[in-house]
Amino acid sequence: MTSLTDLVFILVVVIDFFLLASSRLGAAIRAVATQGALLAALPLLLLEGGHQVGHVLLLAAGALAIKGALIPWLMFRAIREASIRREMEPIVGFVPSMVLGGIGVALAFAFSSRLPLPGGEAHPYLVPTALSTVWSGMLLVVSRRKAVNQVLGFLVLENGVYVFGLLLTGIMPVMVEAGVLLDLFAAVFVMGIVMFHINREFASLDTEKLSALKD
Amino acid sequence: MVLRTALHVVALLVLPPLLLGVINRVKSIFGGRRGPPLLQPYLDLAKLLRKGAVYSRTTTWVFRAGPVIGLAATASAGLLLSMGGAPAPIAFAGDFVLFAYLLGLGRFFTALAALDTGSSFEGMGAAREVTFASLAEPALFLCLLVLARATGSLSLSGMLGPDLDAAWSSAAPGLLLAAIGLFVVALAECSRIPVDDPNTHLELTMIHEVMVLDHGGPDLALILYGAAMKLFLFGALLSRLVLGHGAGALASEALFLLGVLAFAVAVGVVESVMARLRIVRVPQLLVGASVLSAFALVLLLR
Repeated sequence: MTSLTDLVFILVVVIDFFLLASSRLGAAIRAVATQGALLAALPLLLLEGGHQVGHVLLLAAGALAIKGALIPWLMFRAIREASIRREMEPIVGFVPSMVLGGIGVALAFAFSSRLPLPGGEAHPYLVPTALSTVWSGMLLVVSRRKAVNQVLGFLVLENGVYVFGLLLTGIMPVMVEAGVLLDLFAAVFVMGIVMFHINREFASLDTEKLSALKD
Repeated sequence: MVLRTALHVVALLVLPPLLLGVINRVKSIFGGRRGPPLLQPYLDLAKLLRKGAVYSRTTTWVFRAGPVIGLAATASAGLLLSMGGAPAPIAFAGDFVLFAYLLGLGRFFTALAALDTGSSFEGMGAAREVTFASLAEPALFLCLLVLARATGSLSLSGMLGPDLDAAWSSAAPGLLLAAIGLFVVALAECSRIPVDDPNTHLELTMIHEVMVLDHGGPDLALILYGAAMKLFLFGALLSRLVLGHGAGALASEALFLLGVLAFAVAVGVVESVMARLRIVRVPQLLVGASVLSAFALVLLLR
């Protein structure tokens, strides 16, 4: 079971790298969906005797439904309606962002064991994976021009927060998690509407154009 | 042991063109064709060796030395690699650096020979080749460092020796990532799709093939043979890294041969299902391979 959990954590980080490198929005959305599905499996893999099984199952099922299915479906709708396929010229290029992501991941893995954690580590890769996923998500949000990619970056950021939250599954009540998932869903929904408006107004999803408004 | 080492030298000299045959066969099957016979590359090499050579008056000795040094460097690199578990003919601590730079020396002389023709077209090819090679080199070194760290040995024979099997049980994820990185490096170093297309002769997109356009006859045979041998070296490295030892000498050897052939099939499959990347995307692929191997190293260093 340990090696399987290792593999899931490492796949999550590899998907971070893939997202930093990919210019195709469709592939990026699929990668985020895969990452969400992998994360949904994590609470089950990290399950120990002490936790309530029902709670964990609910968390996994909710994450799978929202992160793995619902949000990707919304994103695919968004790119179909805006008819864009790829990010052409990100603010930070693909190679530099990949290198930055690599540095962030290396630092996360090197220093996370020094962090003082309240509950003790559930798994040695948990905290570094969370930190590197948050870092990659933030890179995506600030370095891409297309609104779709920025939303994807936000999702990746949230995935990182979710991984970190797994540390606390024993303590966190179900309602808090349900609230977080609902917030995420609402945020993506709002962003979908915003993207629709940007697209209608400027016939493109390039957020650079937002700063060129006059009067 | 001596017998097995001798066997590997023979394998190193004899098997490489077979890999090209296997790759071509896999590609033909994917394309719905029957394809040339498996041994066609040997026949091609024999045909080329019987031809005469034509040299341009603008070229110097560098042009003639290029293919010879290229092949000699690759073959020497092959002597450092342990195949199928038996120790390599030459092994010392740090020989993986020599391995990487023998391959680099071969490429350097191929590029020099291309520049020596004075053709701007070949100069462009040489520039592209060394650019991508400089990006592939960090990835190769990071992969080898992962191996060195996992097995605690600084020589290729030790890295690919019995310690590797023990390392798989403790550091499997890192080694797997390194294997993926190494496969990408192999595709780039041997100029296969998706980095370069060995069959294309379209000016805009050629990388490796441009540099050898002015070579003919025996020189071309040496270059093709050297390229096949390089492919065989990477196949041997990956086969040993992924498949590990069998129980006993015979099983080890069988596993090794199987692994090299599987590598050729994998390259063929990749060539059949993937399109060639645009040249601007190639650095991204290679940097990606470097980042993956660096991540593998970080996992092992923890």
